[in-house]
Formats: sequence, C-alpha cells, structure tokens
Amino acid sequence: MPANRFNGQTDYGVGIGLRVPHYSHILSRKPTVDWFEIISENFMVDGGRPLELLDKILEQYRVVQHGVSMYFGSADKPDREHLRRLKALVKRTKTPWLSDHLCWGSVDGTYTHDLLPMPYTFGAARRTAEKIRQIRDFLEVPICVENVSSYAEFHVSEMTEWEFLSEVVELADCGILLDVNNIYVSSKNHGFNPYDYVNNVPHKRVGQMHVAGHTKFEKYILDTHDHPVLDPVWKLYAHATRTCGVTATLLEWDDKIPSFDEVHNEALKANEFIDGAKKAFV
Amino acid sequence: MMAAAVLRPLTAEDGMQPKWIDGRPMEKVAAEFISPNDRLSSFERLQLYNRMYWFRLFDAIRDDCPGLVAALGEPVFMRLSQAYLERRPSRSFTLRNLCSRLERFILENPGLTAPRTVLAAEIARFEWAQTVAFDGESRPVVVAPLLAQTPPSRLRLGIQPYVTLLALQYPVDAFLVRVKRRGSLRSEASNTPDSDAVRRRVRRAALPRASRTFVAVHRHHNRLFHKRLDPAAFRILEALRAGGTLSRAIAAAGPAVKPRQVRSWFKTWMALGWFCAPGNKRGRAASLL
Repeated sequence: MPANRFNGQTDYGVGIGLRVPHYSHILSRKPTVDWFEIISENFMVDGGRPLELLDKILEQYRVVQHGVSMYFGSADKPDREHLRRLKALVKRTKTPWLSDHLCWGSVDGTYTHDLLPMPYTFGAARRTAEKIRQIRDFLEVPICVENVSSYAEFHVSEMTEWEFLSEVVELADCGILLDVNNIYVSSKNHGFNPYDYVNNVPHKRVGQMHVAGHTKFEKYILDTHDHPVLDPVWKLYAHATRTCGVTATLLEWDDKIPSFDEVHNEALKANEFIDGAKKAFV
Repeated sequence: MMAAAVLRPLTAEDGMQPKWIDGRPMEKVAAEFISPNDRLSSFERLQLYNRMYWFRLFDAIRDDCPGLVAALGEPVFMRLSQAYLERRPSRSFTLRNLCSRLERFILENPGLTAPRTVLAAEIARFEWAQTVAFDGESRPVVVAPLLAQTPPSRLRLGIQPYVTLLALQYPVDAFLVRVKRRGSLRSEASNTPDSDAVRRRVRRAALPRASRTFVAVHRHHNRLFHKRLDPAAFRILEALRAGGTLSRAIAAAGPAVKPRQVRSWFKTWMALGWFCAPGNKRGRAASLL
C-alpha cells in the first residue's frame, strides 16, 4: 500500500533516522535522502539548538515524526502538556503521519521511559484503541502504531500479538508501523513464526515499515539497533513488502552509529527488496 | 504489578531483588503474571526489564551530570542516583527533565553527599541550568531604541528564560570546564539499550575550594556559555528578574558602582540578547510600563 490514508496518502521511499552524529554531515553535504524520521521527544522543547537544527533540516528534507513516550497502552489519560507540545511540533514539521508504539510505560504519571509489552486482552485493546482515537483527534494527523520488540509475555493474554495489534488498529481505525525487526526479535524470544505475524495483520493498514539490527544472546535476542540489518530480517522485510505492498521504509540505527554514508547505504539495501516486490505486483 | 517490579531497585549485583515487598520469593511473584519460555524463567524475563529501566535512567543522569560524577566519585554518585530515582521517579515524558529536581533532592538528603552537599547541590543546579540554556524558551529581544523611550523609573525588563543566574559558594563553572561535558544533544530513541554506557566513565576531578562566584548560564547563537558576573552586576540582573524597575535594579548594585561600569554591563547584556519582551515564562516581569 504505497499511499494510504494512514500515511497521509504519501508514497515515501527509503529513509533513515535523523541522529545527532550525522547533523553536520547532513547540513554541510546535503546528501540526497528521501526522508528523515525524527524522534519527536528530542524536539518537543521550547527553543535553542534542537529547533534551529530541525528548521534547517525541514528547509531541505521531508520529515516524519516518530514518538517513544505516548504510551497508547498505559491506563493514564494522555498528558495534555505532552499533547500540546507534540501538536506544536506536528505543525512545525508538517509530518504527513505520526507514529508511536503499541506498549505501555507510565503508571499514575510515573514514567519508565521504556516500551513495555502489553497483555493481549480484548479489554486492553478497547482501552488502547480509545486512547489512540483521542490522541489522533487532538493532533489531527494520521497515526500509525508500531509493534514493539518484547522479552516477556503475560499469562492473561487472550490472543497472539498480531491478533492484538489487528484488534487495536481496527478498533482505533488507525495505521500500522510494521517493525519487521521487532517481529523477528519477538518471534525468537517467544517462539512464534514471524511469517504468521506478517501474514495476519491487516495489510491495508500498514503505512510504514521499520528495519533495524539486533543482537543475539545465548537465551534471547535484544533489539539493539546497533548493527546492520541481519539477513533473516531482510528476508522477512521482502516478504512484508510483497504481502503489504511497497511502503515507506525506515532504517533505525541508534547505537554505535557509523558514518552517515554507511547508515544510508544500509537503508538503501531495502530498494532491492522493494524492486522485487514491485515486479511481483506487476 | 509489573511497573512496581520494573521500578524496584536492583541488587548490588545488578539483579532483580530475590524477594518481593511482602517477603514472597520474587520467582513465585513473577511466575504469577509472566509466562516462562523454554530458555528463560518468568523471573529472568522480568529481570530484563528491571535492569533496562535502571541502566537507562542511570545513563540519563550520568549524561546530564558529568560534573556531579567527577565531584562525588562513582560509588557516591551511584548511591545518590539510585536514591533520587527511587524517591523522585521520572514524572515527565522526556528524560530531558530527569534532573530538574536533583539539586533540591540533594539539599533535602544531605547524608547522601556529605561532606560535599553544598558543592554537589551547586553542581546539580549548574548542570540543570545548562539543560535550560540548551533548549529553553527564548522571547523576543528588547531593542535599544525601545529602552531609550522609557524612563528608568518606569522601565521593567525581563531576562530570557534560558538564562539562569547563579550565586554560588564554589567556582563550579571553572570546575566543569575541567570536566569536559560529553556530547551536547539529547537523543532518545526507542527502547534500545545503550551499549556505550559501560564504557563511559568520568574521572574524578580535583574539587574546587570555596570561593563566592556569580555566574550566568546562557546560550549565544545556540551555543552554551557561562559568564562570570561582578557581584553588583548579578544584583542588577536579579533585581530585574524579580520585577524591579531599571532604576531600582541599578540602585541594587550599590553606591560604589560607577555609571560607566553599569553602562558597559548593559551594553554587553543587550548584545547577548538577554533582555526580553513581556511574558517571560519564568514568571518575572518583562514589561514596559
């Protein structure tokens, strides 16, 4: 689904995350990049250098906002100050859509600053969907929710993760940011088939995809974003693009960040799979 | 239940506490709500989140407070960080605000940093001022012609919200110059662990001797600076921030200060853009009557 109502009817290609070590390269060399994803929270400030840099980026590049602290799954009501700042940033960036995670992370106003996994229950799906609707109505921009990588599951879960994601996005009538690496990481940590996940989410709602690197440990896999994308993830991504359609794709590289060119070249590998998917559709 | 478990302090060996708050074995408690898999027990799975929480927040404090690490040394800093996070967990969606209450916490809990409580509090205050200077609000700058039109007895000026005026007992500014601040831009991203955290170690630095110091932490062209102030200059700026008229502020400098000196200070502050238009967010007057 190259362009749909969940990504603002755009047909963005392959982008990368805007990260501090690359700022000077980007501003001085002005490399050709289809789009940048920013972490909203890094720019929800009142002034100073972050906003100056963002404005310079916005003069030349398309930017999409990605959040890490909305916590759609937390029982807390949306924080009005948070929403006010986020909306101001949405107006500044003119992001065609906005994404955040299907997770929880705050309780009674105390923040863990983590993306904690949810119990996959129908009740949680209803509450989460209602919160997403409220937030979307306030922000007036399409929302895509991202599946997180997780390391624990709850006894009370009543369905699989992909069933839960599907239930939430259908109830909220919102999009999906399908993080292929997160699916792979969770599949190894929880012992499910990642292709079942991709095959069973509502494909028409996928507005964006993420790919990233991860780290294998003896008993689990951690979502570290500090490596190139591993082959099994690219294969899953190839399957996802064939299944869901060619979709705006973003490489996340957040730790041990190499040169801009290395990150960008890694991201552009996605084009090989995109071309394959396009041929498959023809 | 999970939130309480995640927020609970780790053991000295960086593991999850073996007992729950009611004394039951944590393995049993974790098994009540977390499913095990063929490689990890419920306890081990929950422990991953417990560890990631503490490591992430310790890193965030360390990143924002290199001076405090250098002054207190690793063990004391870690004790302080843990106590702070336990008793003042984050109440903001952004880690940017994590250390906003640290100075006060240090003063309220002197035992954690004794005998260096005052120094520690002043460093925490200075480092928070740097965060404010980095990305705090800036208001429209008041221009000189406007000042000339209003008599000093009626003129009130605001100070930019990103400028923090500090009256210190220690030369914290000079101390922090020695402790090189690592990085300058906050970068939160997803829930990925930070592998650099283990490698980041701030060396303990020689502590400064007490010496009354007046300083403004600010930014210029979006770069962080701190500027030493003459005590009389500090009094003028404080009086302006408190809402006094220009006449009263200048009077606060004291009779020994020469008008030429005051003019020179104002020329510098104007050039730095410190005076702002009405509506200063930090609550002090910035109005032209």
